Amino acid sequence: MQRRSFLSSALALAAASTLPAARAEVVSGGQPWEPGQANVPALPAPRQGGLAFFTQAEFDTAGAMADRLIPADDLSIGGKEAGCATFIDRQLAGDYGRGATLYRLGRFVKGTPEQGTQSPLTPAERWRNGLAAIDKHCQKAFSKGFAQLEGAQQDDLLRSMENNQLDLGTDVETKELFEQILANVREGFLADPIYGGNKDMASWKMLGFPGARYDFRDLIAKKGQKLQIIPTSLIDNTL
Amino acid sequence: MANVRPKADAVIVGLGWCGSLIAEELTRAGLNVVAIERGPWFETSTDFPPSVDTDELRWDTRRGMLLPPAIETTTFRNNRSQTALPTRDWSLNELGYNVGGSGTHWAGMAWRFLPFDFEPYSFTTKRYGKQQLTEGLIVQDWGVSYDDLEPFYERFERIAGVSGKAGVLNGKQIEGGNIFEGSRKSEFPLPPLATTRLTDLFTEGSNKLGLHPFMVPAGQASQAYTNPLGVRMGPCTYCGYCLYYGCGNFSKSSPNACVIPALMQRSNFTVLTESAVLRANLAEDGKTATGVTFLDRNKKEWEQPADIVIFSAFQMQNVRLLLLSKIGLPYNPETRTGVVGRAYSFQTVSGANLFFEDEQLNQYIGAGALSVQVDDYNGDNFDHTGKGFIGGAGILVVARGARPIGNTDAIPPGTPRWGSEWKKAYTHAFQNGTFIFNQGTSFSHDECYLDLDPEYKDANGDPLIRVTFDYNENDRRMAKFTEDKAVEIGKAMGAKIVNGFDSAAVNYGPYLPGSDHTIGGAVMGTDPKTSVLNRFQQSWDVHNVFVLGASSFPNNAGYNPTSTIGALSLWTAKAIIEQYLSKRGPLVEVAA
Repeated sequence: MQRRSFLSSALALAAASTLPAARAEVVSGGQPWEPGQANVPALPAPRQGGLAFFTQAEFDTAGAMADRLIPADDLSIGGKEAGCATFIDRQLAGDYGRGATLYRLGRFVKGTPEQGTQSPLTPAERWRNGLAAIDKHCQKAFSKGFAQLEGAQQDDLLRSMENNQLDLGTDVETKELFEQILANVREGFLADPIYGGNKDMASWKMLGFPGARYDFRDLIAKKGQKLQIIPTSLIDNTL
Repeated sequence: MANVRPKADAVIVGLGWCGSLIAEELTRAGLNVVAIERGPWFETSTDFPPSVDTDELRWDTRRGMLLPPAIETTTFRNNRSQTALPTRDWSLNELGYNVGGSGTHWAGMAWRFLPFDFEPYSFTTKRYGKQQLTEGLIVQDWGVSYDDLEPFYERFERIAGVSGKAGVLNGKQIEGGNIFEGSRKSEFPLPPLATTRLTDLFTEGSNKLGLHPFMVPAGQASQAYTNPLGVRMGPCTYCGYCLYYGCGNFSKSSPNACVIPALMQRSNFTVLTESAVLRANLAEDGKTATGVTFLDRNKKEWEQPADIVIFSAFQMQNVRLLLLSKIGLPYNPETRTGVVGRAYSFQTVSGANLFFEDEQLNQYIGAGALSVQVDDYNGDNFDHTGKGFIGGAGILVVARGARPIGNTDAIPPGTPRWGSEWKKAYTHAFQNGTFIFNQGTSFSHDECYLDLDPEYKDANGDPLIRVTFDYNENDRRMAKFTEDKAVEIGKAMGAKIVNGFDSAAVNYGPYLPGSDHTIGGAVMGTDPKTSVLNRFQQSWDVHNVFVLGASSFPNNAGYNPTSTIGALSLWTAKAIIEQYLSKRGPLVEVAA
């Protein structure tokens, strides 16, 4: 069976949730196993094109940010072309964006730095509120949206967020917002292309990372050598 | 009215390493055993075959198979003057949520503890005197010695398929192995894993300093292997997808790969999955447990009656179950009375970040325990006279896989974290950046303990565990001492940049760099006033309740805990079969 069609038919069987899928409840007398089932990654629709969470304006801003955080240069394409905004759009539409794994019960009380985040915001809410606040700030300061600013202006703004020097209103934790944006842009650049970013494995080619490979027994003895392994990914297993 | 299942000879709460090892022993001895596991069934070929395993975002970044805080988390505070708050996001707590438990996703470092680690009070007072102990430090002997556990360590290593080289065989030191280890009666079941450029650099550097490097015992099969249960393991392929991942090759030691295939063939064994045990139930006189209450996947409440109740639900959950079941007296830090929750400890981490200039470390080739260590500064292996602390650290490097997303901040200090400069630095660090890791001992303190949070609850309405913990003076001194040693080794390795780090130099925090080894809270010992369990991990208070896991350790060694947890589980299994089944009472009498 063609591997690609196996994945798409198995998709129909897998839950769209990233939390563990239900399996047998009372198990005895052998191991429950059925051929043809695979615990494939949860990939919320749409697979090709379209936006699952972002508005077009949010998508454009996210892409512009990705292009400053990970610029195009002689090492690789930039974050925008690599598909970081598409990746983030898909993530925010799924369980990750909904904060499905977060503990969200009880009072939200700010504590010591060691106690960590006590925010009720899910990643999707932080992005949406954050992009709105950034847009509001840019309109006020420059009469333009973030995506329309000059590169140097965008860098200045990102740097001031990183240094917690930009007041985006009482509803926005600026430093936490910056860390969220940076983390998700990095993920979009470096994760397997199956999630919508890392176009043509651009980041892996830059780093020299072989990707979705599983057997290095023939190479482990070549210590300290430059190995030049052609990378492969979960959706590009032609090698 | 609760639904009631047919009575079992033994009910096991949590089917990870402890649960599956003791289930195998008890079912082979003829007992009818029911295990209850909160998480789902996991099958290698379905859930983590090679075709889906190579996915850092899913399994590592998003912790795809770990226990989500949404299901259960802890609250945390550094000390009693603070209010504990929930650890709401992924943190240092890395628990399992599946058949196999954290044994499915662990890194595979398979250590025996040192003789010192089991008798730290006796060793310390004999060698240095009581004045070596800092204020409030909890240091007490376990009630078992390394020699007691030696045969059970051997059995665990054979079942798990551990790869390594003996350093002390029947009292004789062997070059190439760990000359500081407790004496072994036999070699490892499998030879060590292959070496890499990184392990070679560490070996050369530490040899230059007169230290004694050796390959870390690894829970990855260095060649195809059939274990004593008849289960076959495949050879490790050094894929680099190990810690946080299931193994698609059947080559990482795990309950799933090593025990469960044999266990599931037995008609006297049943596991209930996606079923959460709420508590054990006690008889009216409180001297025995009658079984456990659990919620099935539809949140319907059930009773599983049993003659023996075994908690093997991971260190944190074991303590929680004891508290919710009202077994044993909870620890009160003001009066310093009580035992459940007392003697909570951790793993004290320091080390050095290294950046070479022109290396090809190829770190995407690796395995979770493909590592070289020196034990010269671990345990009581060196003279602590005048140093003001006890304990030490195993100092190691590990070739464990590349983590493109995870390592984005592993760049030299002062480097920008984004932009073209970041890309250039990160690309260079991908082949040149690594770290020396000091995995240090951890002793508990009168002020460090676990109890039930007064406010925050789980989705079922039961209180979460509250962790009150910070590093103590003893462990801070040890971490600084070993940090300096790591820096020396890093320089001897020829790294261009060597930056020491010390997680104990600041307050502990669940999101700060450290370890995932949470220890103690239901410790074993010789005195019911300072322990929850006797030397067989049997509750002093309720004689048919046994508790298996790192919750039993009164202190943590300078090593990963798994093999010791496994050996202790087999030790307890033997005590149940050979002594408890005929006695049905306390196995250790205490003088009134």
